[in-house]
Amino acid sequence: MSVILKAEHICVAYEGKKVVDHVSFEVEHGDYLCIVGENGTGKSSLVKAMLGLVPTCCGKAVFNLKDGKRRIGYMPQQLDEQKSFPATVAETVISGCLSGMRFPKIYGKKEKQTAEEYMKYLDIYELRHKSVGELSGGQRQRVFLARALCAADEILVLDEPVSGLDINAAKDLYSCLEKLNREKGITVVMISHDMQSAMKYATKILHLDKKLLFCGKKEDYLLSVHSKKLLM
Amino acid sequence: MELLTLVFSDSHILRCTAVGILVSLCAALLGVCLVLKRYSMIGDGLSHVAFGALSISFALNLAPLAVTIPVVMITAFVLLRLSDSGKIKGDSAIALIASTSLAAGVAAASLGGGGQIDVNSYMFGSILLVGKEEFLICLPLAIVVLAVFVLCYHDIFLVTYDEDFARASGTNAAAYKTLIALLTALVVVIGMRIMGTLLISSLVIFPALTAMRVFKSFRGVIICAGFTSVFAFLLGLLISFAAELPTGSSIVLADAVIFALFFMVGKVLKRS
Repeated sequence: MSVILKAEHICVAYEGKKVVDHVSFEVEHGDYLCIVGENGTGKSSLVKAMLGLVPTCCGKAVFNLKDGKRRIGYMPQQLDEQKSFPATVAETVISGCLSGMRFPKIYGKKEKQTAEEYMKYLDIYELRHKSVGELSGGQRQRVFLARALCAADEILVLDEPVSGLDINAAKDLYSCLEKLNREKGITVVMISHDMQSAMKYATKILHLDKKLLFCGKKEDYLLSVHSKKLLM
Repeated sequence: MELLTLVFSDSHILRCTAVGILVSLCAALLGVCLVLKRYSMIGDGLSHVAFGALSISFALNLAPLAVTIPVVMITAFVLLRLSDSGKIKGDSAIALIASTSLAAGVAAASLGGGGQIDVNSYMFGSILLVGKEEFLICLPLAIVVLAVFVLCYHDIFLVTYDEDFARASGTNAAAYKTLIALLTALVVVIGMRIMGTLLISSLVIFPALTAMRVFKSFRGVIICAGFTSVFAFLLGLLISFAAELPTGSSIVLADAVIFALFFMVGKVLKRS
């Protein structure tokens, strides 16, 4: 299997305080990687640094995608103010297609088909004329997942996608992700607080506490000392 | 009817009306982005800075627009940075800058103005303050704003909605935000003549909030905000001529009435 993401010595600091300290790892095509760790251990910062959303002090992340284009499906943590944003499901999902487009960006047949396909795949096609604010938490997360899929079909990067969802909605979202990973071979990189599900679905675990504590196969992680603390 | 013929036979008033329509339209479009990105205070802060710059340029006998426009544009850029950096709370920083410039403006007006500047009309606006210069700036400004919103509509949607996602997928969010802030600065400087320092921010905020009562899609909100803004301007202008009220306050009152109507329509639609 080939490497899709290679992070080398990533450091992030806010106002002189290091929050991510020399983290290096690799992700291969088709991996399902869960980034775990306690609150405030730099998980979101690491992901944002990889995507170029926060400046790094040193190090870099290289995405090795086919045809060399930067097409990454990112699903950020949802802010409260975004929940009342006036946008329909269809408007939201298709906006993911923008990443592959050039000026002037006008949606053509191809973009509309892509959006429709993923809305159907994630079972939100019937809701397409509804406002995102009217949806339940689980439906809304599927809308953002569909948007991320429109932006990329090789790698998804998700920041706590199930936070704030009830157990059933979380289960639904996990099975969507599992399906995408198994059926379509999409690489999944996910920050998770939910250790039980991380252990159930992931193939690889990255344990972060500012420094990299562990990165490797789930089976090896379960045997390591680091897993004990979080799985208690 | 007599009033209408009187209004539309005067070329100065016609020009002022044209400026008002264009400014209302631009303010509404930019306002949707500002309100949704929680930057509505920036519009308010900019108007106060514009007042300060205007008064000082009058007191020092400088060309008012040539001083005010660059000052307000720089302020817009700084305020945007302040709101994003999170080091000082954005809204309190804006309040500090706004009240300081207002105070400086009032001081300059009473020290050096010597009757040249009518503080009252700058505070509350008067359509008669709109001159040829405003018209000449306003027309290209409106064209640029409309062109940006038509050509970059989808990018603006994404940057307003979810900046992190937009940046992760390769959109230059910072450039769009700066562009919107600079255009807002221009709209505020021009619109201030009509609406006055204290009321211009309503031109930015009201249409967006009004449209959001009823419309749930971004496209719907943008289009509706543009229409209600122009309608409220024309309605307010007529009221101000008929009842001899200050233009700014009549327009804001018209905006408020339209908002109340949309609010009720929104409630009814939600129930059914």
